[in-house]
Amino acid sequence: MDQFRRNLLKECGAGGALVIAAAAGLLPASPASAAPRNTEGFAAKSLADAMASIDAGNAIESADIVITAPDIAENGVLIPIEVTSRVPGAESIALLVEKNPFPLLAYFKLSNGAEGYVNTRFKAGQSSVVKAVVKAGGKTYVASREVKVTIGGCGG
Amino acid sequence: MAASMKIRARMVDGTAQVVVLIMHPMETGQRKDPATGQAYPAHFIQSVTATVDGRTVMEAQWGPAISKNPLLGFRVRGAKAGDKVVISWEDNKGEKDRAEATIA
Repeated sequence: MDQFRRNLLKECGAGGALVIAAAAGLLPASPASAAPRNTEGFAAKSLADAMASIDAGNAIESADIVITAPDIAENGVLIPIEVTSRVPGAESIALLVEKNPFPLLAYFKLSNGAEGYVNTRFKAGQSSVVKAVVKAGGKTYVASREVKVTIGGCGG
Repeated sequence: MAASMKIRARMVDGTAQVVVLIMHPMETGQRKDPATGQAYPAHFIQSVTATVDGRTVMEAQWGPAISKNPLLGFRVRGAKAGDKVVISWEDNKGEKDRAEATIA
């Protein structure tokens, strides 16, 4: 055992050493220590249930949530989507695809300066409304956009 | 380690713009092998964490409908050139990877 570890453990005890190491940035941020997975939400089969699982039932329609996605996606396995929140102070962005078997696509929790912006690509088996739900300043906002799919992306 | 990821991180108009490309099958568990009729088992990234200069900026939970070889773009205010970006992911099989880049 090297001297650094020996001193760390001697000073703090095992639990304390982990705290010190984490504070020193020696431990990588681990997905396992983040918020628990919204398992129910990802298993929801209806858009309504998926929205409820992220407390978006009363979301306010807002033109300040901008979804950039193709009107027609020629390849249903690789549909680009970009969401920009013009509402400041976005704390989270959720993406939902109405006609997918499991509508909840992804959930992004933002902190420490991360902007209300996300860019990714998703799969859809058929033309569908895509929704972005943004939580900011204690309120929940939603925007929708229709994406037509000419060749389905679920492999069916 | 880090072999699955390419990270590009740069300052644009005072904001750090980060784009990560992760090599991963993102198999939904719905796609069937045409020869056997059996579904390929689900194998997809469930969580992604990003830190900048040691602070967590994004914690993402993904479902299997994120595309294969997923792309993730995000932006961070208050970051600066030289800051370290660390991206880590874990999938439904417990496989993980982690990569770092410096903001240009």
